[in-house]
Amino acid sequence: MAAGNFEKYKSDGSLAGNALEWLDARFPATSLWKGHLSEYYAPKNFNFWYFFGSLALLVLVIQIVTGIFLVMHYKPDAAVNANGVPVAFASVEYIMRDVPGGWLIRYMHSTGASAFFIVVYLHMFRGLLYGSYRKPRELTWLFGVGIFLCLMGEAFFGYLLPWGQMSFWGAQVIVNLFSAIPIIGPDLSIIIRGDFVVGDATLNRFFSFHVIAFPLVLIGLVAAHVLALHETGSNNPDGVEIKANKDENGIPRDGIPFHPYYTVKDIVGVIVFLMVFSAVMFWAPEGGGYFLETPNFYPADPLKTPPHIAPVWYFTPFYSILRAVTYPLFGLDAKFWGVVAMGASVVIFAFLPWLDRSPVKSIRYRGPIYKTLLTIFVICFFILGYLGTLSPSPMGELISQICSVFYFAFFLGMPWWSRMDKFSPVPDRVTMK
Amino acid sequence: MKKYLIALLFAPLMAFASGGNVHLDKWPGSVGDKAALQNGAKLFVNYCLNCHGASYMRYKNLMDLGLTETQVKDNLMFTSDKIGGLMAVAARADEQKLWFGATPPDLTIIARARGEAGNAGAGADWLYTYLRSFYRDANRPTGWNNVIFENVGMPHVLYGLQGQQVLNHETHKLELAVPGAMAPAEFDKAVSDLVGFMVWMGEPQQEFRRTLGFFVLAFLAVLFVVAYALKKEYWKDIH
Repeated sequence: MAAGNFEKYKSDGSLAGNALEWLDARFPATSLWKGHLSEYYAPKNFNFWYFFGSLALLVLVIQIVTGIFLVMHYKPDAAVNANGVPVAFASVEYIMRDVPGGWLIRYMHSTGASAFFIVVYLHMFRGLLYGSYRKPRELTWLFGVGIFLCLMGEAFFGYLLPWGQMSFWGAQVIVNLFSAIPIIGPDLSIIIRGDFVVGDATLNRFFSFHVIAFPLVLIGLVAAHVLALHETGSNNPDGVEIKANKDENGIPRDGIPFHPYYTVKDIVGVIVFLMVFSAVMFWAPEGGGYFLETPNFYPADPLKTPPHIAPVWYFTPFYSILRAVTYPLFGLDAKFWGVVAMGASVVIFAFLPWLDRSPVKSIRYRGPIYKTLLTIFVICFFILGYLGTLSPSPMGELISQICSVFYFAFFLGMPWWSRMDKFSPVPDRVTMK
Repeated sequence: MKKYLIALLFAPLMAFASGGNVHLDKWPGSVGDKAALQNGAKLFVNYCLNCHGASYMRYKNLMDLGLTETQVKDNLMFTSDKIGGLMAVAARADEQKLWFGATPPDLTIIARARGEAGNAGAGADWLYTYLRSFYRDANRPTGWNNVIFENVGMPHVLYGLQGQQVLNHETHKLELAVPGAMAPAEFDKAVSDLVGFMVWMGEPQQEFRRTLGFFVLAFLAVLFVVAYALKKEYWKDIH
């Protein structure tokens, strides 16, 4: 429901009422509150999968607030201190030991980074399950893909800051990828690094991107994502448009006000999420060596390449796709095509609204073809993710090539296979399962 | 089908088993043992801190092991008289590189750095095995080599305690050729204490962190009951 169609607040003569009337005459307080919360009608049949949008927002807030405090004590400086340790690396340990409560803030931030990706991947998977990207929500989906890209950049820049071995060599590997681009590549990678190798200039610009540029864009995209969603209204597990069936007051019959119904429900989701989050943060903050990679407890050493450079787990599916491309083509390096494949594997999500031609949105009314292919897609995604954490091997290469081919076939074949399925009839109203 | 998908999605949260190529002995200690940690601190300061720094760590943090300021100053501070000072090493990095072939790494968080993906606790096992695996090797400039860290630059600083081991090239086992000041079991305990200290030093507040976790989870559990009841109450008319 578009904001702005609500009556302005009329005072009852009390002081608080007068203040609110004054405010509402000058600021869209009532219309924002009603349009986005108390009179924003959401389908009443949201299930488990619908928690992850609000949880992503929560994690964003956690990251920003903890980030503010980390910046107060962190120093983006690659020079070595009196004890021969880079200042940036030492400042992280300073936060962990000497700053009161610093360890908690830092673990919240490092656990939050992984939690962000878990929540966002589940949120995206929900879109795949119920066809949330389909008309009329294409733009919401596109903003979402923008958020995902931005988040990947944010995570990549942030990972350099602790200035550990994996920070340094991970950045070195990724920035070097740009040098595979013909003609402009080598110069482009120097421009990105600000130096011929990853160094102090790189650390400082990545710090700037991580704390200012990308969060700013991220918040803007999140606002656009939510505004676009509230313009069309939410999809639901049945893929039924609730706005197609309104009562005499123009309220969707299957809709309930977001506030208080979904605010109280999301609080339950938030608490369960915080329990899982806290369990990891307090009892396994390294995430088994996947959230905080153990080589990153060594300070960055440009003269000592680690035997195995693995990106953090949330990048590994795409990293596997990069490594899977081993054939040169059109006189260009395999590395270049690997970069192209990796980029395409992320960006291809943006085309989903136009690739999917099925007459129904939700998996509930789709047939065995979609269910099978989606399951295989998820399995491939996990296999690619797992292989990306391992050192390259001939067997791993072959498996990742098979999975990569399926990954792209899933998307590129969608215009055909999505139409061929056996569909069951979609009900007029939502169902409460 | 739905349950299957959910199980798949959470699969990466489960640690993948990882196999190292060398056998590591399990570190038998725990960071909860204060007496062992104090003994480990003593060994660390006497045997390690001469070449290796622990430069993210302050001497005053040793008081968390149940020691008084005077005890720390009298027994554990040889190169500094400032209790708030960092446990840095006096030797210069470039000179050490000349002597040993490589600068001895800072040990503050070595136990964490030596962990493995899928097994963050492996760092303690590695250290526990490494410190007991030195053997005599006439081909090395220091006269020492190590089974799990081949051609290591570090000499066997604890040989006075352990004695001298030799590698039996037929059985590939270490044998004690010259006994040291400690019996083997006694030495293993000393190394275990030393490793315990390094595990503790990697994150001195780790015990507090785990304890705090229980309180936070208990609070959230109570909050969950209240929030769930509130949700039920609001939603009772929605069908």
